[in-house]
Amino acid sequence: MDIVVCVKRVPLTEEVDLVIDGQKKGIKKDQLAFVLNDWDNYAIEEAVLLTEKHGGTVTAITVGNEDDEEVLRRCLAMGADRAIRIEAGDTSRFDSFGISKMLSRVVKDLPFDLVFTGVLADDDYCGMVGMMVAEQLGITHANMVTAIEIEDGKVRTTSELEGGLGEVSLIELPALLAIQTGINEPRYVSILGIRKAAKKELKVMDLSELGMSDEELSPMAIIDEVYLPPETEGAQILAGDPDKIASDFLEILTKKGVME
Amino acid sequence: MDFTLTKEQQDIKKAAREFALGEFPERAQEFDRNETFDLDIWRKACELGFVGVFIDEAYGGAGLGFFEHCLITEEFWAVDAGMANAVITATFGAELLGMFGTEEQKKRYLPPLVQGEAITGTAITEPDAGSDVTGAITTALRDGDEYVINGTKMFITNGDIANYLLVFCQTDPDNPDRHRRHAFFIVETDRPGFEATKMHGKLGIRANDTAEISLSNVRVPASNRVGEEGNGFRALMAFFNVTRLHICAMAVGIARAALEESIAHIKKRHQFGAPLASFQANQFKIAEMATKIRAARNLYYEAAWLADSGKMDHALVAMAKWFSGEIAVRCADEALQMHGGYGYIDEYKVQRIYRDAKIVEIYEGTKEIEKVIVARSLLG
Repeated sequence: MDIVVCVKRVPLTEEVDLVIDGQKKGIKKDQLAFVLNDWDNYAIEEAVLLTEKHGGTVTAITVGNEDDEEVLRRCLAMGADRAIRIEAGDTSRFDSFGISKMLSRVVKDLPFDLVFTGVLADDDYCGMVGMMVAEQLGITHANMVTAIEIEDGKVRTTSELEGGLGEVSLIELPALLAIQTGINEPRYVSILGIRKAAKKELKVMDLSELGMSDEELSPMAIIDEVYLPPETEGAQILAGDPDKIASDFLEILTKKGVME
Repeated sequence: MDFTLTKEQQDIKKAAREFALGEFPERAQEFDRNETFDLDIWRKACELGFVGVFIDEAYGGAGLGFFEHCLITEEFWAVDAGMANAVITATFGAELLGMFGTEEQKKRYLPPLVQGEAITGTAITEPDAGSDVTGAITTALRDGDEYVINGTKMFITNGDIANYLLVFCQTDPDNPDRHRRHAFFIVETDRPGFEATKMHGKLGIRANDTAEISLSNVRVPASNRVGEEGNGFRALMAFFNVTRLHICAMAVGIARAALEESIAHIKKRHQFGAPLASFQANQFKIAEMATKIRAARNLYYEAAWLADSGKMDHALVAMAKWFSGEIAVRCADEALQMHGGYGYIDEYKVQRIYRDAKIVEIYEGTKEIEKVIVARSLLG
């Protein structure tokens, strides 16, 4: 079972006051810490778990600069066998379409039964790369995957649907699965893992090696403006003694249909 | 000069922080209030290789430096000091064995510390011998192929839970040179005559075990002596040179925690219609804390790097130890001050930081002793 996992390094934005950059095309990232995208962390763990059980290899891929290699080293430390970084200069000029084209160009020449991506990335919340890679590779995909079983050369997946529904599918290989958080409990990185990672292959490929040009990767969607939501009217403050506050609160809940 | 950590060091730092954030916050208050700890967390840290990274690969360690041990220590302490210590001090004494132990001692006593099968500690302080370590009067007298140990040790980290301790004893009380009277001994804690009494009521690092030790006619084989008779003081000073580096990392870690808690609080809390962070009085505190932390870290980074390069500078270690300890206490104090009344309640982490920080100015050489070392290096 050879598995390729597409990963992304993203800024840690929890409990951070985000600031829009001067061009209004994104956020200022110079003071932010960066981590492996949470969904991808589950994806790499799932790939390692499956190969520990069924044998095979795990290859982690990212598109990014040298700083982004830290997430590949993390994947290697967690148990991936090798990693590939696609060096494409400033990645902010690409949209999901361009990123997926680069990834699929590399993946198609690798031996693989499964390709994993996270459902989405913590930074842009697009959630499109997985499906686009599947499309470009011409393989089946499943999204929001919360469980995976390998069965006679096929894969049985459980996916989350709207409204708390689940869906179980039997999928022919090769396939791409977009992994949902909670599918497993990602392991901590160990010191031994870090030391082993240093000895594993981390290959860097640039666009010329992929035979790709900026023209071919030009975005199909361009961010026009990033903005903070306008401030709305202030919240309703309930005042008075606790009994009055409680009765007013109940009245609001009833009016809004939360309580009968 | 290149101040950049290697990729491996950056990864170790991140891994340590992730482990601490995953394991410590949920239980920190419980262990602090109850003076307890769950040793499964220590075992998990051992499995992941965070404990005793400086121990040579030949004895099961990662064979990394004291610098990497410091990186892990700083990250752990930045999350919770008590739990951090309960995990990382489990090897407190391995440094001594690594430097002065025989091959047989290292093979026997070091691997279990890394594998999560044994805890150690170093017993130096006595009721009447603290900073004046040569005043330690616990005796180890030769009797054939054994030594007979008698005495009392105070404030011994892991004393109540350790599998063995390295005990600082007088072997030659009559030697005219007080620096040639002592030696270290490995004392297994299941030997007859060994008794440990857990100490309660510590101000801080309450998840970390501390005990009073009584040694009453405890017999150990002569092969348990670490180094030569009379070499104990020299060994102790060499031991402190590296373990004091860890204290610096602890201090910087907790100072960082104080800064992180302060920034989060003053950005969130409003007074006089504005966030506390908008007031210059608080901005100055934050600026001073951040600067002190950076300075303390640079001091100990240099000292640890020199130590790992085989160029130990004991005066620099002493400077780093007192300075980092002092800024830890100052930062904790300012952090609590910015929290106001909330900081005085133990539901807020900053109260624990305030209590935990003080120890770094005391153990393994008070700041006054560190200044004596620095002054002697300059004045002779």
